[in-house]
Amino acid sequence: MSMIVTRESERANLSCVGAPVVKRDAAALLSGKPVFTNDLAPADALIVKILHSPHAFARIRDIDTSRALKVPGVVAVYTYKDVPNKRFTLAGQSYPEASPYDRLILDQVVRYVGDEVAIVAAETEDAARSALKLIKVDYEVMEPVLDFTRAKGNPVVIHTEDNYHVNGAWINNDRARNVVASGLSAHGDLEAAFAECDIVVDETYHTLADNQGMMETFRSFAEIDAYGRITVTASTQVPFHVRRMVANALDIPQSRVRVVKPRIGGGFGAKQSGCNEIFCAFVTAKTGRPSKVVYTREETLASSNSRHEMQMHVRLGAKNDGTIVAIDLYTLSNQGAYGEHGPTTVGLSGHKSLPLYNHAKATRFAFDVVYTNTMPAGAYRGYGATQGLFAVESAVNELADRLGMDPCEIRFKNLVTPGERLAQYDDNELYSCNVSACLRRAMEMIGWDDKPLARDLGDRVRGLGVALSMQGSAIAKIDIGSVDLRLEETGFYTLSVGATDMGTGSDTILAQFAAEALRCDTDRIVVHGVDTDVSPFDTGSYASASTYLTGMATIKASERLIAELRQRAAGFMGVDADDVLFDGERLLAFAPGTLAEGGADIPEFSGIYDDVEAIARSYRLAERAPEAEPVAEMTLAELANRLVAGGDGDCLTAHAAASSPTSPPPFMSGIAEVDVDKATGKVTVVDYVSVVDCGTVVNENLARVQAEGGIAQGIGMALTEDVQYSGRGRMRTRSLMTYKMPTRLDVPDIRVEFAPSYEPTGPFGAKSIGEVVINTPSPAIASAVAHATGHYVRTLPITPEKALFGE
Amino acid sequence: MSGKTMDISINLNGKRVAASVSPDLSLLAFVRAQGCKSVKCACETTNCGLCTVWLDGQAVLSCAVPMARANGHAVMTLEGLQAESADFARCMAEEGAEQCGFCSPGLIMNVLSMEREIRERAAAAGEEPQMPSDEEMDSYLAGNLCRCTGYTSQRRAIRRYMASRFAACAQAVVAGQEE
Repeated sequence: MSMIVTRESERANLSCVGAPVVKRDAAALLSGKPVFTNDLAPADALIVKILHSPHAFARIRDIDTSRALKVPGVVAVYTYKDVPNKRFTLAGQSYPEASPYDRLILDQVVRYVGDEVAIVAAETEDAARSALKLIKVDYEVMEPVLDFTRAKGNPVVIHTEDNYHVNGAWINNDRARNVVASGLSAHGDLEAAFAECDIVVDETYHTLADNQGMMETFRSFAEIDAYGRITVTASTQVPFHVRRMVANALDIPQSRVRVVKPRIGGGFGAKQSGCNEIFCAFVTAKTGRPSKVVYTREETLASSNSRHEMQMHVRLGAKNDGTIVAIDLYTLSNQGAYGEHGPTTVGLSGHKSLPLYNHAKATRFAFDVVYTNTMPAGAYRGYGATQGLFAVESAVNELADRLGMDPCEIRFKNLVTPGERLAQYDDNELYSCNVSACLRRAMEMIGWDDKPLARDLGDRVRGLGVALSMQGSAIAKIDIGSVDLRLEETGFYTLSVGATDMGTGSDTILAQFAAEALRCDTDRIVVHGVDTDVSPFDTGSYASASTYLTGMATIKASERLIAELRQRAAGFMGVDADDVLFDGERLLAFAPGTLAEGGADIPEFSGIYDDVEAIARSYRLAERAPEAEPVAEMTLAELANRLVAGGDGDCLTAHAAASSPTSPPPFMSGIAEVDVDKATGKVTVVDYVSVVDCGTVVNENLARVQAEGGIAQGIGMALTEDVQYSGRGRMRTRSLMTYKMPTRLDVPDIRVEFAPSYEPTGPFGAKSIGEVVINTPSPAIASAVAHATGHYVRTLPITPEKALFGE
Repeated sequence: MSGKTMDISINLNGKRVAASVSPDLSLLAFVRAQGCKSVKCACETTNCGLCTVWLDGQAVLSCAVPMARANGHAVMTLEGLQAESADFARCMAEEGAEQCGFCSPGLIMNVLSMEREIRERAAAAGEEPQMPSDEEMDSYLAGNLCRCTGYTSQRRAIRRYMASRFAACAQAVVAGQEE
């Protein structure tokens, strides 16, 4: 019999959790059913197209739409003169939003090549395209700020508008100097710690504004419902945040907006920012007609959002024996033209890299986030941690090489261990951590001890490199996940969620949690989401939150529903609810006292989630009961039918929400084996092994694919995804011909194993896996290339030229 | 865009479809308008493979086929291969290899095309069809991008499927996996 577990020793008892359950939407997806946004748009929707700015920084002197409006089929052309003059942000974040309110739907000032200048709505694609060409714009072109290392304090100021707004002083915004945010967190006496060091690695690392590259580009459609409200169907990770953005942008109450999320063709953080939802919502609000906007790949690459480009200066001080004593990290983050996710992403570059080496006597992490006239950055899997870990893990690798130490050995000497308070992680206690086991097992998998760091293979050199990674699980004290769990006729359940499955399988994961808690097959759980009119509030699927947070809400709701079931069944059977046991199929009434709790064997527990402990206790009753004969029983189906359909009608729904005071980090190791061609410099990843500690593995298949997919994205970031701008600020890498994402010829069979710790604050011991998996390839591959060639490439990607000749 | 239209007629998933369209309308746009929503667009530059359909039995990128060229030919999309694709779809699902599923239809069309080519080539040579090697599979399918899976789970699904289709060689694959 399955049961709720609150400790590691009980994990083996789980039946639904851990099973490689097939994704609930697999059949629809694999038979090509019309389940994505553009498959569902009304046939009569107006086609919305955007005119994008050709200039990096300009003021619109005059804009003439008269010729465009004459194109047959064109219904409307909108410019900055037509939109509300109320600023908002497209960042999908919770109250109080950290990102500045620095956008309008359309602005008189355009701030990057690709910024929106005009909106065309037409009956057909052709008419819309023709109209775009006929809009005449007179630009006053201004000098742009394109180099983010010169943005701070530059005489050219990018945001001077008088209705610019920040929600909190804590971000240290100084827009007059192009500073979106800045900050500092330090512990220990840094200079004294450096004075103790025998060796200091002092290097600067640089990562680019990689594109998330989800296969489904940005798209949305809007229509007006029977109540006169605007319904937006969007490919988004954050339906509730999009509801707010649309309301803010159109300057209407949130109650006038409904957002629906169908199946999503990948997000990776890109869709944690709003994109074109505001345009179709605006067109529909203005015209009263349904409208849709489907971005091209070019628009998705060059007119949406990307990873934050970051330059990180690391000073890493150590003893000659490899003991890390002091770390000083300064991150400069390139925000681009608008402030989405700027104040928050940068924090992870330090707070989710430095804690790996928590034993250092002193650390300092300082940062600036600056506006430039390039495409705005947003969220991308890893969210700053990827960048910070490239810098810190590369520095640790360089330290090992300079000391002549094994790069794994130097890590064993310094790694964080469970039970520590993490100085650079809000002083949180680390409850669960198997990072050492992750590293040890990865070494075994690749045969580390039997291989040199570099081997000459004739026409190529083979190198070996390692890196570690951590992330979080939801944003502590900010994110919230909630579910409604309903008992239905015949005894199945509907689990209504606000978490947004974007292809990851979170709907399936949540069904597994509910099935485990309710002791039934996952097929008995119907999952529905997301429709902001119907679904309970959830901040959305980002920050590696859904499994950890919405999973916990699912468990809490299950417990509440079970308590109700026992109560109602007790009423029907004429017994006390304390004497009723629910085994998944039946409600069994026992003689009074049979189920009385012994009191012994209460597991040690952190106390953070008392509900989970309560659930566990109720399940332990089941273990004691079987010997006794029930005095009465009724089936769940009978109970459900009597409640829902019978004269005793009462429809049982349990609601529960979860947020967490802590964000438990998952950990991961990665070891890359690469070949560098001696003639061409081409780097080929020939083997990649990785071991993940995501806490309890909820669905082994889905967890494995998360890891394999994240590593492949990381390989792209490390080797080929080379974002380039022209001297005038036009992005050059604006198609999949020039922005080179890995194909199946570029990725070896990635080998992933798990070393699950048990996270006491997580559902069934689970932490997160979505983001931690992208962070190891860049530093591991850079180190492998360094071992093979002697060149330490500190600016990604590691192109053949850099591998062969150095930077 | 020429502004002119031409009358075309194609066989779409076994049914004759006639229409008056612009000759440079893409086959991708046409089949989607005909309700074949499995066919996706993700790049406009023939790099992603998501719009793969069969034109007279050959896998093609429908974004690169103007209707003037498709006129008079037989077009097959995943909508027309529901039964034929079920076994491979099951292999994908059991590996979790579909993830977001947006690229799955294009991949499925190309995997089934690869299977058929192997059979036809073997038949022409009078030989037994052989299970393709990992390199052959990667090379054939290189034009099918996926951003979710890192391809590894797809490879597991494709190997399993091919092994089930080319029974003579299934033994070797099973032995290989156990190493």
